[in-house]
Amino acid sequence: MRHTIVRKEALNTENYLIEVMAPNLAERFQPGQFVIIRIHEQGERIPLTVAGVNPKKRTITLIFQVVGKTTMELGTLNAGDALINCVGPLGNPTEVKKFGRVICVGGGTGIACIFPIVKALANAGNEVISIIGARTESLLILENEIEAVSTETYIATDDGSKGHHGFVSEVLRDLIKKYKKPGEIDRVVVIGPPQMMKAAAEVTSPYTIKTIASLNTIMIDGTGMCGGCRVFIDGEMKLACIDGPEFNAHKVNFDDVISRLAMFKEKEVLAVKHFQKSIKKKAGRQ
Amino acid sequence: MIEIGGTRVPMREQSVEERIKNFRSVPYGYNKEEVMKEAQRCIQCNGAPCETDCPINMKILEMIREIAYGNFKKAFLIVKEDNSIPGITGRVCPQENQCEGVCPVSKRGNGINIGKLEAFVADWARENGVKEEIHIKERPERVAVIGSGPAGISCSVDLRKFGYQVTLFEALHKAGGVLQYGIPAFRLPTEIVDYEISYLSEIGVDVKLNFFVGQNIKFSELRRDFDAIFIGTGAGAPLFMSIEGENLKRVYSANEFLIRVNLMKAHKFLEYDTPIVWGDTVGVIGAGNVAMDAARCALRLGAKKVYILYRRTKKEAPAREEEIQHALEEGIILEELVAPKRVLGNKDGWVTSVELFKMRLSEADESGRPRPVKIDGSEFILKLDTLVEALGTKPNRLFLHKAPELNVTSWGLIKVDKNLMTNIEGVYAGGDGIRGNATVILALGDGRRAAKSIHERLSKGKKKGVKKD
Ligand SMILES: Cc1cc2nc3c(=O)[nH]c(=O)nc-3n(C[C@H](O)[C@H](O)[C@H](O)COP(=O)(O)OP(=O)(O)OC[C@H]3O[C@@H](n4cnc5c(N)ncnc54)[C@H](O)[C@@H]3O)c2cc1C
Ligand code: SF4
Ligand code: FES
Repeated sequence: MRHTIVRKEALNTENYLIEVMAPNLAERFQPGQFVIIRIHEQGERIPLTVAGVNPKKRTITLIFQVVGKTTMELGTLNAGDALINCVGPLGNPTEVKKFGRVICVGGGTGIACIFPIVKALANAGNEVISIIGARTESLLILENEIEAVSTETYIATDDGSKGHHGFVSEVLRDLIKKYKKPGEIDRVVVIGPPQMMKAAAEVTSPYTIKTIASLNTIMIDGTGMCGGCRVFIDGEMKLACIDGPEFNAHKVNFDDVISRLAMFKEKEVLAVKHFQKSIKKKAGRQ
Repeated sequence: MIEIGGTRVPMREQSVEERIKNFRSVPYGYNKEEVMKEAQRCIQCNGAPCETDCPINMKILEMIREIAYGNFKKAFLIVKEDNSIPGITGRVCPQENQCEGVCPVSKRGNGINIGKLEAFVADWARENGVKEEIHIKERPERVAVIGSGPAGISCSVDLRKFGYQVTLFEALHKAGGVLQYGIPAFRLPTEIVDYEISYLSEIGVDVKLNFFVGQNIKFSELRRDFDAIFIGTGAGAPLFMSIEGENLKRVYSANEFLIRVNLMKAHKFLEYDTPIVWGDTVGVIGAGNVAMDAARCALRLGAKKVYILYRRTKKEAPAREEEIQHALEEGIILEELVAPKRVLGNKDGWVTSVELFKMRLSEADESGRPRPVKIDGSEFILKLDTLVEALGTKPNRLFLHKAPELNVTSWGLIKVDKNLMTNIEGVYAGGDGIRGNATVILALGDGRRAAKSIHERLSKGKKKGVKKD
């Protein structure tokens, strides 16, 4: 089944939003889950986070950052084009219930993934404090949307162009200091680059605040068949696709996640170069 | 004239130097003259042990007779009565332990090359557009088949022939199960698998790809919407050794290594987008078909030195004889009597070596093979830069977890009765999902038997449908 793109929007120079026809997904998606897509017959399978669904329109919204060849190519597609596969929802949904006060931390494209979680947690009656961050102001996504559903929203940018000058984990540390008494923060959910999730986990660990991280490993099938997405939780091997993607952040071996994400780096660079060349060639011919 | 016994008509193959640079089929297959000559070696013996020993009791003797006379169409139709995928089984069955192993002619030279005869008739039919004529008398009952490996394929085909409305659910974007993602093209060319799969749609099986039952469609929905269900989900989850260093980069499960190549075409990287990385020296742990396939893929990707690391010896290796022979011809080094202790890497997290124990063989274990025992203090280091673990696989735990009402063994194998029915009435299972790592032909046989049981139940039985809770 092909999945037609009904809307495309460039959110900034690095992030795109596409809305795709995916009736089964629109009906079944729960916050925290993901999809695996393939653009065309020669394409690779890559996991993407779902930023939202519209069951009436039978569509889902995907937000992605251009990092490799596939996301670069995805960025060149327009409304009317289609994905050859979009399978999901995969992975386990986020645990959503009334915890009390929850801090949701989103970094980079991770903001797209945390947005439906913030919404669901707020709907479940939690006080949700959101912290979102990016390298610079212009790369910040979904700021208004997050603000609209959070009790408080904090912003951090690496270059200080907006909000706190520095990392989201630093804002998290200050907030935790503010709510010093045990039990004042009931849960932290972090989604973003693994380095950022690692830093956030280190901040909450001494306070023994339950902290959940969503791991964005390399995946192929997403069904527990290849073992490529394996992660180590308290020394035990788990598969991010079927056991996760969310895990207790205090037990995740983040160094390992970071290391394994670099396994195909060289090839990814090659693929990007090859793709850019082919685009230039096409442009030259026209 | 008819030549009895003697030696096999030799199979022409790609030379070693040539074939290790491509993913094309190693044997070329017999031509018409060769295939007839080979068939004429068959003495049409009394009782045809080849048929008795065939897990699906294919009418081998009749097939061979027709081939001997050049009646390829007739031979094809005879094969098709029992076997929906002869082009595949002819290439991947462990014939040496089945039909060919018991053939009396083997005592006078070597047994009839039944596998290659079977593959020939299937290829001949495909190339000449010959198909069996089927007349389907439609029935209203709907049957769901989960998983599109050989078990699911054969069950779907037979159910369709009985007239049922069949919907086949497959989690991946391509149907075929292990045939598609596991067994490499140099053993089982992709176009042959694709041809057999296209037959499913042709006869009216509704193939639904990208449906991972238990995840994006519930098992309970299938129980609600279908009159019977067949589970052919296989045993696709890789086992790891659980030793130090499995997190290192360029350590793969054989499944990942093979999926990247066979399903995603990583060997054609840049034309295809999926990458694969390997080094000059590749070690593969295990000595089954999966290990041989991974090792031979590594060689074809361009690895300089490929080791098979096995805790027993060549004699006990579970792989098909032809596979072991081909692998050794291609220069793969079989390191016998070794077992990994830990995997070592550099500071950047790439694998650099594996530490191995030397083993010795002791008395036979339950499997009937001698048990390998570690020799204390025998550890040594083998330098390599890619490690592939081919230790076997288990049933997918997500599906079982999401269908907790199914009775399973402690290993996660679905329990069935003699009609292949599970503890839930109207729900059947077969293939690797009930057997563990078995064979294509056993999975195919299960699919057929289950289809027959489902037919009995839906057409004759008083109680119909799937038990709802
Ligand atoms: C590399 C390799 C080489 C092999 N070589 C040989 C050989 O030479 N000869 C031989 O006889 N045997 C061989 N085998 C074994 C043989 O392939 C298997 O015994 C056989 O394929 C089992 O068939 P099956 O139909 O039970 O399952 P599979 O072929 O495993 O197919 C199961 C299918 O179900 C799908 N699935 C799983 N869960 C779900 C779900 N919940 N929803 C939807 N779909 C699902 C999977 O994606 C898969 O496509 C080999 C195996 C491997 C891995
Ligand atoms: S066992 Fe050998 S000789 Fe006998 S019928 Fe079968 S193939 Fe022919
Ligand atoms: S992506 Fe293959 S096992 Fe998780």
